Amino acid sequence: MVIDTLKCVGCSDCVVACQTENDVPIGYCRDWITETVNGAYPNIELELKSERCNHCDNAPCVRCCPTGASHQLDNGIVLVTGNECIGCGACIESCPYDARFQHPDGYVDKCTFCHHRLEKGQLPACVSVCPTKCMYFGDLDNPNSEVSQLLKNRKHKTLAPEAGTKPQVYYLI
Amino acid sequence: MTTSRRKFIKISALGLGGVAATTSALNMFGANSYLDELVKENVAKTFKRTPTYCEVCFWKCAAWTYTDEEGTIKKIIGNETDPHCYGRLCPRGTGGVGMYTDEDRLKTPLIRITKNGEQTFREASWDEALDLVASKFKAVKEKYGAESFALLKHGSPGSHLEHLFKAYGSDTIAEPAYAQCRGAREAGFALTYGSWVGSPEPTDIRDTKCLVLIGSHIGENMHNSQVQEMSDAIDNGATIITVDPRFSTAASKSQHWLAIKPATDIALMLAWMNVIISEELYDKNYVKKYTNGFDELRDHVQNFTPEWAYGITTIKPEEIRKTARKMANASPSVIIHPGRHVSWYGDDTQRARAMAILNALLGSWGRRGGFYFKESIKVPKFPAPKYPHPKWDWRNICEKYPIAQMGITSEVIKCAIPNKDNKYPVKAMMVAGTNITKSIPQKELLEKAMDEMEFIVVMDTMPMAVTGYADVVLPECTYLERYDGIRSSTNREPSIAVRVPAVEPKYDSKPGWWVAKQIGERLGLGDYFNYDDYKEVIEWQLQKMGTSLEEMKKIGVKHFPRTSGPLYMDENKTYEFATASGKIELYSNDLKNLGFDPLPNYTKHPEPPQGFYRLNYGRAPMHTFSRTANNPNLNDLKKENDLWVNPKVARILGIKTGQRVWLKNQDDVTSTFSIKVRVTERVRWDSVYMVHGFGHDNKKLTRAYAKGINDTQLISKIAIDPIMGGTGMRGNFVTILTENPHKNIEI
Amino acid sequence: MQEELFTSGRNIPNIDPSLEIWHWPISVYLFLGGLAAGLLFFAGLITFLGKDKEYPAAVKFAAIVSPIALTLGLLALFYDLTHKLYFWRLYTTIRIESPMSWGAWVLLIITPISFLWVMSYYSELFPNWKLKFDFLNNLEKFLQKNRRNMAIILIPLSIILGIYTGILLSAFNARPLWNNAILGPLFLVSGLSTGAATIILLAKNAKEKHLFGKIDLVLIVIELGLIVHMLMGMYAGSEVQLEAMQLLVGGEFTLMFFGFVIILGLIVPAILELTELIGYKIPVAIPALLVLIGGLVFRFVMVEAGQITRYLY
Repeated sequence: MVIDTLKCVGCSDCVVACQTENDVPIGYCRDWITETVNGAYPNIELELKSERCNHCDNAPCVRCCPTGASHQLDNGIVLVTGNECIGCGACIESCPYDARFQHPDGYVDKCTFCHHRLEKGQLPACVSVCPTKCMYFGDLDNPNSEVSQLLKNRKHKTLAPEAGTKPQVYYLI
Repeated sequence: MTTSRRKFIKISALGLGGVAATTSALNMFGANSYLDELVKENVAKTFKRTPTYCEVCFWKCAAWTYTDEEGTIKKIIGNETDPHCYGRLCPRGTGGVGMYTDEDRLKTPLIRITKNGEQTFREASWDEALDLVASKFKAVKEKYGAESFALLKHGSPGSHLEHLFKAYGSDTIAEPAYAQCRGAREAGFALTYGSWVGSPEPTDIRDTKCLVLIGSHIGENMHNSQVQEMSDAIDNGATIITVDPRFSTAASKSQHWLAIKPATDIALMLAWMNVIISEELYDKNYVKKYTNGFDELRDHVQNFTPEWAYGITTIKPEEIRKTARKMANASPSVIIHPGRHVSWYGDDTQRARAMAILNALLGSWGRRGGFYFKESIKVPKFPAPKYPHPKWDWRNICEKYPIAQMGITSEVIKCAIPNKDNKYPVKAMMVAGTNITKSIPQKELLEKAMDEMEFIVVMDTMPMAVTGYADVVLPECTYLERYDGIRSSTNREPSIAVRVPAVEPKYDSKPGWWVAKQIGERLGLGDYFNYDDYKEVIEWQLQKMGTSLEEMKKIGVKHFPRTSGPLYMDENKTYEFATASGKIELYSNDLKNLGFDPLPNYTKHPEPPQGFYRLNYGRAPMHTFSRTANNPNLNDLKKENDLWVNPKVARILGIKTGQRVWLKNQDDVTSTFSIKVRVTERVRWDSVYMVHGFGHDNKKLTRAYAKGINDTQLISKIAIDPIMGGTGMRGNFVTILTENPHKNIEI
Repeated sequence: MQEELFTSGRNIPNIDPSLEIWHWPISVYLFLGGLAAGLLFFAGLITFLGKDKEYPAAVKFAAIVSPIALTLGLLALFYDLTHKLYFWRLYTTIRIESPMSWGAWVLLIITPISFLWVMSYYSELFPNWKLKFDFLNNLEKFLQKNRRNMAIILIPLSIILGIYTGILLSAFNARPLWNNAILGPLFLVSGLSTGAATIILLAKNAKEKHLFGKIDLVLIVIELGLIVHMLMGMYAGSEVQLEAMQLLVGGEFTLMFFGFVIILGLIVPAILELTELIGYKIPVAIPALLVLIGGLVFRFVMVEAGQITRYLY
């Protein structure tokens, strides 16, 4: 996933859309908006980012799961099988992005890149609802996909790269 | 403490939970189904989709409501072909589900009674409530004349009631959206171009090369298509210039942010005009062909140099020149955005005039990348008898303000206060779709007016504060549960959208059209409501327009070809504007004849005294004014507003982020609740900022009660725009109290 | 100034403002697990070296504590799970990359063995409560014959039991306080130390007390060394690690850490045991109890403080 921070206005539509699409209980969220302000008036910089599970290539949450409930598909998406999860909380502790949380039903929940929509050929709910169209989703292994082209042409960064998790959500800056 | 005839009833735990909410089993017990594996994976579910257009704000984006097999509303997704949203709803629209599921909704009609000396509400049946309302309508008509019953409205429910009121014989109708919001800019642009800016604004942002936002915070206001087009503009490399004392989200995406001193915008615009005219950067052909009064304008601004403006606005002269040149360079694809909520300091029509003049100088009106010529299609009126002609109406009430083209809510309210000079007494009022306690400042005046009225009926979906003043409260169902008029709004090309109910009304709520019809029939006005279900009206109208309800149910939005001419001006043709001279009036004779400045002038406005800070307010993209504060989905995003305080001020006052403070304004009005502080560099040291629409004091709003501060409460000083009667609300100054001022007072 | 905040109102229970997923059950289990590991290690080692007759407390009396500790620890762990009915999923697979999986399987094997170990000493420990059933008596005899084999299994298993929790925590690179390789050995040494302290408490003869006193002293010194090593590593690390160290050294947990863990839990018992060895009489319960308390507080501090440290926001 590639997100253009120059266009994001922090409206939090992605948060609500994910909530209604995935029945996320009120009080919890699978994605969220962060705001970073730097500088002093009137020389200020503002960055708004929509963050979620980064579906890392080197996912610590998959490694540490004792039951295998937390697993990674071939296309890179990290999922949790609810009825294999025992709720030990190890994956939550292992995520440097604090992307996981304990669902009130007991299992661990997080962003799934709207896996059920991808199977039907649709985009994740957050990407398809964003009013500024700042979110892009596609196959990073395909050099001709929109996301790969964006990464080739624009400056970008990931979150906490020093954690060594190889996150797959890129922010254009 | 005098006992007022109409005590504000703080609806607390009145035991109004008689009607148990029949929430679906999924909602209540889904949490306990350990064995229900498929709850998370929605693959098996099939959804039914119903077309609607959103009512959470006034943008009216067309959308599809998705309901599952059990009839629960699952999600709302935008209609792809709709020019308001292009398939992407804003967070409020997406969170519209919460409007439906909110358990704090009004459930039954309520009637005010006095019980044990206390005024309170009791539940009533619809028949009882409607009979009472109808009897009051009759009584007012007999005693004072139908004109004395006023209507304050907003949105779709308002249009049904407007029909009722006009049939009844009253045109004493106003909406806060005029004088308390965009009225001044409509007046300013109407005086210049002969037409309103309107809603949605016909700004061609997606093709513009330079977008100038002065007093507009696109990105924090969520005017859907404008935010989308601004994103397109960013992709196209357009220059964005933002003029704002606060570092807004739009400012963070601008190439130029002019951190202007508050209340000095006219000075800046005059300086821009000066640069553009003296450096001959204006669109000469356009000005020659289409405008009147250029010479007067040139003479007028020749002394308003950037150096002069620097002293007033604190913006450096080179910045003023640089930005003026950038604007002119982009001409005609440049937009000086007219803003939306422009009722600031009382000279707002003049400021709107300045914006209109700048646009004309740069030749952007009617040009690609500037302002396009909008068009809408007329929806045929369902057959009904002609309305009776009232003896007086809102025009009379607002006769002091000859340029006002819609009712001024504050004037209508003032007419409720007995006064020997009051020729147009308002004796009763209906409020629908607007929470006037949050939108109308000067609480004392409002309360006095409410007290004097003989009867107030409020129709709303939520127990907003305004319901505390009502004699009768009528619960309307949300937009997801009712039919409403066909939406036909102005855009690049005409389009219509329909609203079809996705589910049955919850609790005992009813649609607005049904309420209007019921009252109408009781008043013997059945002829005006010649249908049993509003569906018939829509079907008739759609048929007349060449389509049908069946078709609209499949497509949701229908486009029609333009008939009024091309989107932009043709260079080879001449255009006539709807002004007196047929041309764009840079110099306004209308204003001169009425005794106002024909060209905008800068007037100095009061500045905050020592220890006080100007109270600035704005919007948040996840909320619509006070309407959504209790919506469970949207409340989850933002529960309360916070007070932006500059770090220098925070240091002086010794306050930290997260600390709770109270505010007291220059008239010693203290806020009821406290607000959390956010120390941020984004706000100027002479002002504080908060998002409007919080600080609800009705306990029935369980999520929104006592969260944050109501900024309207602190707006006790208003500056009335003499031209169209708008209420300028940005001239209030507050001081920050770190100790609870209510601690020793028993309430 | 710099600001970093959530704009969308994120306030997930137990995640914001800082992680609170693991509470006292985990700390209690870490302590009990380490304790049981230490006890079983010494029991196995002594038996393997053939010295079980000389050190009865190590193999018999203290060994009773192990199954109790393990059971309580397992109950605590189970209590902490939020999806309890699915706990059996732990045993449908072995995940080599997950230390928690190793731990689950090791616990599955070592807990019954610890019960069997106590069972094998049953008649010596509880001479007044004769076993009623014949097969139980036969079981006891069988176990007594195979005690050495059990010891051989117990030694590696108890080492894994003692070290895996440290490895589990150190594998979380998201929690800077835990993310150093010292934690595994540190937990193991701490567990052995608490085990030795328990043996001292329950020892009946002076020879055993002195031996384990000496062993405990050595373990405490090693533990202090490892803690210093850990702190120096964090001091030389990245910003998040410095912040983590600040929590222990100059923040909310300084009193607990330095007061209870280092001084009262390690240094004071070491000094007391040293003076005992020199010749002065000191009631041996004091340093032993201090070590135990220090071990428990150490686990609490690590679990609570570790969850406060994070990479972002």
